[in-house]
Amino acid sequence: MSCAACDSKCVNVIEKFPDKTAALTAYMASLPIGPDRNLNRGLLIQSLHKAQGIFGYLPEEVQRFVAEKLGLHLSEVYGVISFYSFFTTKPLGKYQISVCTGTACFVRGAGKVLDEFKRYLTVEEGETTEDGKFSLGALRCVGACSLAPVVMVNGRVYGNVTAKKVAEILSECN
Amino acid sequence: MIDTPERLTQYAALLGDPAAKNKILVSMGTCGIAAGTTPVLDSLRAALETRGLANSIRLVEVGCMGLCHSEPTIELHNAETGQQVIFGNVTPEQAGAVLDAFSGEIKGLDTISRGWYYPEEEENVNGVPQARIALRNCGRINPEKLEDYIASKGYQALAKAVTKMTPQDVVQEIMASGLRGRGGGGFPTGVKWSFAAREKNDSKYVICNADEGDPGAFMDRAVLEGDPHSVLEAMAIAGYAIGSGNGVIYIRAEYPLAIQRLQIAIEQAKHEGLLGENIFGSGFAFDIELKYGAGAFVCGEETALIHSIEGMRGEPTFKPPFPAVEGLWKKPTIVNNVETFANVAAIIRKGADWFTSLGTEKSPGTKVFALAGKVKKVGLVEVPMGTPLRDIIFGIGQGIREDKEFKAVQTGGPSGGCIRANKLDTPIDYDSLIALGSMMGSGGMIVMDEDDCMVNVARFFLEFTLDESCGKCTPCRVGNKRLFEMLTEITQGKGTPETLDKLRNLGQTIKDTALCGLGQTSPNPVLSTLIQFPEEYEAHIVDKRCPAGVCSRLITYTITDACVGCTLCARNCPVGCISGERKQKHVIDQSKCIRCGVCYDTCKFHAIAKN
Repeated sequence: MSCAACDSKCVNVIEKFPDKTAALTAYMASLPIGPDRNLNRGLLIQSLHKAQGIFGYLPEEVQRFVAEKLGLHLSEVYGVISFYSFFTTKPLGKYQISVCTGTACFVRGAGKVLDEFKRYLTVEEGETTEDGKFSLGALRCVGACSLAPVVMVNGRVYGNVTAKKVAEILSECN
Repeated sequence: MIDTPERLTQYAALLGDPAAKNKILVSMGTCGIAAGTTPVLDSLRAALETRGLANSIRLVEVGCMGLCHSEPTIELHNAETGQQVIFGNVTPEQAGAVLDAFSGEIKGLDTISRGWYYPEEEENVNGVPQARIALRNCGRINPEKLEDYIASKGYQALAKAVTKMTPQDVVQEIMASGLRGRGGGGFPTGVKWSFAAREKNDSKYVICNADEGDPGAFMDRAVLEGDPHSVLEAMAIAGYAIGSGNGVIYIRAEYPLAIQRLQIAIEQAKHEGLLGENIFGSGFAFDIELKYGAGAFVCGEETALIHSIEGMRGEPTFKPPFPAVEGLWKKPTIVNNVETFANVAAIIRKGADWFTSLGTEKSPGTKVFALAGKVKKVGLVEVPMGTPLRDIIFGIGQGIREDKEFKAVQTGGPSGGCIRANKLDTPIDYDSLIALGSMMGSGGMIVMDEDDCMVNVARFFLEFTLDESCGKCTPCRVGNKRLFEMLTEITQGKGTPETLDKLRNLGQTIKDTALCGLGQTSPNPVLSTLIQFPEEYEAHIVDKRCPAGVCSRLITYTITDACVGCTLCARNCPVGCISGERKQKHVIDQSKCIRCGVCYDTCKFHAIAKN
């Protein structure tokens, strides 16, 4: 189904946020883009990082925008986005909760903490709550192994988390 | 501009001996900051101002000291008395006490033994288990100040290499040092360089692999955050050795602080002419750019990493051709890991003989380990190769938390295996770990105790591999999925003795047939636990029992007569399956119980039995 045929209320972020689009345009204009598409491809991942930093996620219109600037096919851009876990095509919640599931956190009970978040938020790993408030994810090792198990909420690190502390952490997100 | 070796020497002399200054080192790595170092730093700064000591005592923001167990940590250097003390678990309120400690009066502070580590410059003192080469400046200099690095002999190795040695000499020196790849494979670095050096091509690449992906290893991040110039210097030396002018650092996007400090360091080095054209007046030119990863463990594999830099999906390709012949943009390329590079400048400066005097014959030098898990003192340690595991876990790590029983240590992350107590006295190096069915890996070392189920641990690593397999080759994509399913069956009590045979056969097949290092090593956690802990697999299969009490399908919780009817468990049970009158023995409804273990953890009377 093409975008035109879709009658859902999704917005075209490229059209809706001209200032964001201008920021991305300015960044891409600063790149040494040339006629050789193979060399341009080397600029793709950094462009996607920038685009996700600006828009928060990478919907189809942003992918298309980047693809056109670099002279690449949309399929190539999508192929890269879907390969790397850092990139997301869906908007994330206001609070991004990441439970560390590195080995040190695993042996100290990260699994129970993750289960408790799932139960509280009624979402699975990688999903966002319907009200758009919380996204739940897992990450591999923030390197704060002495504080294991560790949970990161929008960059803030909570250490020695137990299932009991989950409600407390969520209540701080307001 | 530092454009001649003489200028570097003059500048270093001008900066003076770093030991001759009063200073307070404050640990500002990611983990230190997470543990709350920033308010401590602010409070110390304010206290120095108030007491009028801001000019006589320097406050230095340093990278990771490796003392994760006691963050926030600070170290005191008193130039007059030569006193050096480390304090752990410092709070902002203790700032005054820290300054008092300068006059020799230590009160109310948690002092950590200075013998925990010693820097490269100091003599090896008997009884001091650690030796620092890769981490020589981590936790000792401000990583955002080039002068700190230069005052600690920084860029002397590069000056020596480009003005006094031929590229062949440099390759020869690294080869003679026996330095092996610290990312896990253990391939001799000098040999790798020699392959690229003999290629004739007008453009070649030096890549630093900073895509640290092993869950539980963070030594590369510590080096990049604590001593970024050491990596830049080494990359330039490598460039000179193989005839390359282009360096690329491929770093995880998940390491924002490391990225920031690298950007600062590259900027500084370019400004001073330590990177760029005509380095030290030798005519050699070298430049470094940063490229970001985007969350794919397989990109630690060198061909996958190269494809990722080229903007493609990070899928590995068959070797040969090796990157040394045909790598980035089809040019000869060497890929070395951060820790490997962190050793290079010290080797060039002090010589291969000094390096081989540390470590074992086949694995000279030191290795950094991220010691974590159920050990008392979690931290980043650097020990000479050949140190027995026991010295690391029970010496430096001071044994198991809550004095429980040691069960196993996992090395090598998702590519490694578990080593049990009877092998703890093995001196560790690349070869001895492989002989034990594990591997060095990047240096994650996770200690496990009696409460950890080895089948579940194997399943955890397989789950990781499944997540991270790029899906290109069938053995890895499908084989690991089947291994994971079989392990899941075992943890659910559905395994049969035939399952074990299937695990062994399939595991070996994957090792033999997968395309890249990730796939070829992915069955190791399963195969090694099968060999080391057969009794645990049998208990799950034959007795339908999980000895460690981890696999929830195989355990039942019951309330014993020790119950006093305090109702705590009933109030905490997430599914409300515990009933009973106050002051009467409670009962668990087994049909509703989800075996989460909350009752077991909350009961204060040990009245919940786990079977």
